[in-house]
Amino acid sequence: MSNIGSYDERIKNFDWSISEKELDYKKGDIINIGWYCSDRICEQGKSGKIALYHEGFTGEERKYTFNDIRLAGNTIGTFLRNLGIKEQDRVCLFMDKIPELYLSFLGVLKIGAIVQPLFSAFGDESLYVRLENAGTRAIITQKKHAGKVRKIIDKLPGLEFIIIVDHNVAKPLQEREISFNLAREKPVEHMEIFPTRADSPSVLHYTSGTTGQPKGVRHVHYSLISQYLTTKWILDLRDDDIYWCTADPGWVTGTSYGIIGPWSLGITQCVLDKGFSAESWYKFIEKYRITMWYSAPTAIRSLMKAGDELVKKYDLSSLRHLASVGEPLNAEAVIWSEKVFGLPFLDTYWQTETGCMMISNYPGMKVKPGSMGKPFPGIKGVVLDPNTHKPIEDPGRVGLIAFKPGWPSMMTTYWNNEEKYREKFSNGWYLAGDRASLDSEGYFWFVGRDDDVINTGGHLVSPFEVESALIEHEAVAESAVVSKPDELNMEVVKAFITLKPGYEASDDLELSIMNFIRKKLSPLAMPQEIEYVDSLPKTRSGKIMRRILHAKEWGEDIGDTSTLEDD
Amino acid sequence: MEDMKDLVLNYVINEYQEDEDDEITYDTPLISSGFVDSFSMVSLKVFLEKKFNISIPDEEATPEAFDSVNKIVDLVNGYLEKK
Repeated sequence: MSNIGSYDERIKNFDWSISEKELDYKKGDIINIGWYCSDRICEQGKSGKIALYHEGFTGEERKYTFNDIRLAGNTIGTFLRNLGIKEQDRVCLFMDKIPELYLSFLGVLKIGAIVQPLFSAFGDESLYVRLENAGTRAIITQKKHAGKVRKIIDKLPGLEFIIIVDHNVAKPLQEREISFNLAREKPVEHMEIFPTRADSPSVLHYTSGTTGQPKGVRHVHYSLISQYLTTKWILDLRDDDIYWCTADPGWVTGTSYGIIGPWSLGITQCVLDKGFSAESWYKFIEKYRITMWYSAPTAIRSLMKAGDELVKKYDLSSLRHLASVGEPLNAEAVIWSEKVFGLPFLDTYWQTETGCMMISNYPGMKVKPGSMGKPFPGIKGVVLDPNTHKPIEDPGRVGLIAFKPGWPSMMTTYWNNEEKYREKFSNGWYLAGDRASLDSEGYFWFVGRDDDVINTGGHLVSPFEVESALIEHEAVAESAVVSKPDELNMEVVKAFITLKPGYEASDDLELSIMNFIRKKLSPLAMPQEIEYVDSLPKTRSGKIMRRILHAKEWGEDIGDTSTLEDD
Repeated sequence: MEDMKDLVLNYVINEYQEDEDDEITYDTPLISSGFVDSFSMVSLKVFLEKKFNISIPDEEATPEAFDSVNKIVDLVNGYLEKK
């Protein structure tokens, strides 16, 4: 029997108090995610249970009990507090998937500061705009990423502390840098946990939009209530499970379900910090006897590409439940996983802003391959008419995915951008920015984004951010960035550019532009294809019409071109 | 051969090495270790195609084929022999 039991029964008389009771939380109580994920589990008598098995890219293995992560959280929190970091200060975590990333997450929360996790492959420009927007006071990073921070610190006077967790003592520290080696610190047995409340800010994740700079999505400690229950009911985690979430905590899946969900349930989880290869992934599952695996469609499609024969070389019989997130999971991938693993990957749908899974397939519920599933109990999810913003009742009609506000992990604002936050609501609904249809049985079917944001390998990339960076390249006069279809990543970034006088299109230039964006923004934002054009399609008022370029890439109808400027 | 190996190795070091304390050799795993991520592999492919005037089909540009300088050189040599 799964944890959720019957979905149909659960949606009757659902109340989030189910989760509150299991977590011994009452309205008005102190609620601190750092404490819930470590101290509370130890108080339940599980201090010796393994919380984390970690394998680094060199094959080095480390493991931590729940008492170890409690102590590490205390030690890091105390260190930060001694520096003068206080409640609601923003502390950025800019690390690969090393243990210090997971442990620092707890430490920052325990002192009431706000965690700002950022993807470690971000280039200096991506890092700068996010640190500047958040007014970040401290960054915890590795020596390999310190160079990117050094490039931008002159523009960030408020960034007081650059904490390096693996500093090479043979080399001098630079301005504002501090060495902090967790293994060499005396573990702090007791610390005063900051008494955060339901509405105290906890995590600040950045997400990309069509226009403007990335937005800081602010979550609060009460988010735990829905992250805990969705982990329990959708990922179906039980006490003896060995769990693997392949997401990077630089993104929301990696924190909501790669830290908070499993550890608040006292579950053992595994982390593999190395690049993707089908062999190494299967080997990892076999070695740690992983039972529950939460991954992403791009990875699943890459595994499909690696072939069925490879699967047979490994003993993957420990697996009992699989789920997927990041972008729509195609029906072929669901059918393939049933064939080779004997289990379907259950698709889950949610966003940085929602903080927890919103629409999902559930253990025990009929799976319709290619469907997003149904809303989580307690979540009112609908498809709205794009014009009236009223719910569509007819099956098959495409509209906007929307939710009735009020679930525990809903974002509380965009950092310093209340106006953009308010734009996300209409007619009493939160607008997700995606399009879907409903079938006659209430299953959601994903159609696409409702804006120009590019979803590549499950990560959102802002065309505006890439276009702005492109025109900083010496050869680029103008640019337009759209998605193009991709077998593995669903979409990848494609750039159309016009060149400045004196520059000519060439392979050398293409490579130069690609690497320029890769280093400045991130590998995800790097155009996988560059097309040189003489001019870009624009409206008469001079605005670039991305939708025309997008339609061409996707073989779609170009639509109304009456506002297109004359040649 | 050594020239080609060094050319590729130097390119990888210059473009993708983030931590100067890491040692990257001809056999160091590049993709599976995380030195080069799957998105950045595209720029590495463009570099090889341009430098050696070859065309590598997408289905051949796999993480396994790009996983070390030695493997990359073998791949490139295969295309050069076909020319």
